[in-house]
Amino acid sequence: MSKLSLTQAINAGLRKAMEDDPKVVLLGEDIGTLGGVFRVTDGLMKDFGSHRVIDTPLAESAIIGTAVGLAYRGFRPVCEIQFDGFIYPGFDQIVSQVAKLHMRTHGQVRMPLTIRVPFGGGIGSPEHHSESPEAYFVHTSGLRVISPSSPQDAYTMLRQAIASDDPVLYFEPKRRYHTKGEVDLAAPLSAAPEMGSARVVCAGTDVTLVAYGPLVKTAMDAASAAADEGISIEVIDLRSLSPLDYPTLIESVRRTGRLVIAHEAGKTMGLGAEITATVTERCFNYLESAPVRVTGFDIPYPPSKLEKHHLPDLDRILDGVDRALGRTNSQTGMED
Amino acid sequence: MNDSRHGTTVPAGMHMHHLITATGERTSDELLDEFVSDVDHVTLRGLYRDMLVIRRIDFEATALQRQGQLALWPPLLGQEAAQIGSVRALDPEDFIFPTYRENGVAYIRGANLAGIMSTWRGSANTGWDPHEFNMATPQIIIGAQTLHATGYAMGIAMEGKESLSIAYLGDGATSQGDVHESLVFAASFQAPVIFFCQNNHWAISEPVGLQSHLPLASRASGYGIPSLQVDGNDVLAVLAATRWAARRARTGGGPSFIEAVTYRMGPHTTADDPTRYRGVTELEEWAAKDPLTRLRSYLFNAGMLDAETEAAIAAEADAVAAELRDGCINLPDPEALSAFENVYVDPHPVLDRQREEYRRYLSSFEGSAS
Repeated sequence: MSKLSLTQAINAGLRKAMEDDPKVVLLGEDIGTLGGVFRVTDGLMKDFGSHRVIDTPLAESAIIGTAVGLAYRGFRPVCEIQFDGFIYPGFDQIVSQVAKLHMRTHGQVRMPLTIRVPFGGGIGSPEHHSESPEAYFVHTSGLRVISPSSPQDAYTMLRQAIASDDPVLYFEPKRRYHTKGEVDLAAPLSAAPEMGSARVVCAGTDVTLVAYGPLVKTAMDAASAAADEGISIEVIDLRSLSPLDYPTLIESVRRTGRLVIAHEAGKTMGLGAEITATVTERCFNYLESAPVRVTGFDIPYPPSKLEKHHLPDLDRILDGVDRALGRTNSQTGMED
Repeated sequence: MNDSRHGTTVPAGMHMHHLITATGERTSDELLDEFVSDVDHVTLRGLYRDMLVIRRIDFEATALQRQGQLALWPPLLGQEAAQIGSVRALDPEDFIFPTYRENGVAYIRGANLAGIMSTWRGSANTGWDPHEFNMATPQIIIGAQTLHATGYAMGIAMEGKESLSIAYLGDGATSQGDVHESLVFAASFQAPVIFFCQNNHWAISEPVGLQSHLPLASRASGYGIPSLQVDGNDVLAVLAATRWAARRARTGGGPSFIEAVTYRMGPHTTADDPTRYRGVTELEEWAAKDPLTRLRSYLFNAGMLDAETEAAIAAEADAVAAELRDGCINLPDPEALSAFENVYVDPHPVLDRQREEYRRYLSSFEGSAS
């Protein structure tokens, strides 16, 4: 086991994938000489060469579109989009090409791209550097979407993403980049949990609290705080946003009867909406109360001095837990 | 008619290369001559045969659309020389990234006729295996394929192989950001890619003058990419120009840009009505520059083609058309649940559940009175 930060774990995952498969190539802005603006690719150009760690001109559509061409040629490209808010110029290539080519060619052309996206807020950045665009991609069939919350998952899930013959959007919780954790670098992928599986990270009996990426830690903190008050929260780390692991969610909600979902992205049509709808459809008779969503607001990402209001924190999550439990909460008395 | 500020003719300012004039006379071109010095009468007759066959395919497909057998068809009428001259300059391992109009190119590459039709009939997403024919499926998002061709060529360069990719694009596509990004990347990485732009003068209803105030080929110099403008209705010149670009690609010369000046004689697709935006005079002018007529004149005048051979070629084209018609109308409709296939390579439990729900729904009708 090695103690690694989340960025070091991703770096180790990239390195391992490149060692294992000479067809793995990296493309992105500033990923080579600089090692990435977050240093995730630090040292890789030196060790693997500029033909495999490619500093590209500044054009996101081209980063994705040329990766499509490389995939046609048999390469396994890993693209870095420097920040969440910079992905939109590449959106068309992702949605119209990457996601659809396998079906368009009746399975004859595979698009084993991994698209790494540092996402989420909480780092005091200017506009376009703190967004949570994951729902767009979850809504797009043909893509897999995952988000690790710990260094071990960051390492393992990145390797799984690169090994996957489907295209994978890999959302990195950038405010947790410096979180350290034990990582087993030697464990074979075959022993790892499936890339599409969720994980119960804290067992509980009263409420199911669902989070992913940066908010898993916040959810865990909320569970600890609630435990002090005698409330038992089961925290589920989704890990995979497409597909969603409904069996794990449903099993939990049928036990607890209550569901709270937290994410930084806005509420309307966010992951919470989809999870609420499906869990309600499939657990209606088990629910003791309506599912609760604790999310960012439906606003453009605010100036960083305001982000503490926008981002769900421990107290807002606990307020949502109170709502699910029918305890007095901030919305008590509010008419629907 | 369109705003007069936007000319419908090609902006002037570049030398247009050609080898056979509109009236069928062989001319000399300092740059291109050497690339066709090996072309004999057999090859020329072959090019004529190719053009005649794909024109026949185009007529048949247009007829099938009018008869309700195809949902849509994008005619290639008028662009036979551009398609044939370019594809015949390539090696089988060179990878082609076409638009939706390169159906003549697909036929030459060996794609099954019914397969080509299946996309336009609505019974399949694609009609051929891209890896079998080294040709991607028809691209509908304008210009998107130029990035794929560039990436593919970057891969060739990384592998150190002597091969190339070619992106087909139209005049309208040259306004797309993806095309400009492709030119930047191709130049930066000196990728062995050919940008083969068929300037057919019309992007549906928009004239080329709306896309550019300069010859399209001249834009390439802004990216440091060598380019030339060629008479796109002159199959020999197109062959030579594409060989010029292919040699550059194969010998480490990097990307090239070819503007083949041609004309879309038909509608954009069978759903289009060009009488709403262009005049008869223009059509007549271009009919006089027809790519088949000029090669036919040249071949007849030079004694390389006679009535008997021509009749044999026409019979061959008719046979291809009959095969196309037969294959098209006998294409089976796809099974309902095949809509769920190949969305993902690996199982996706959420989608798999939707498929199962729909399967149950469909089977709920089984045994009920019809």
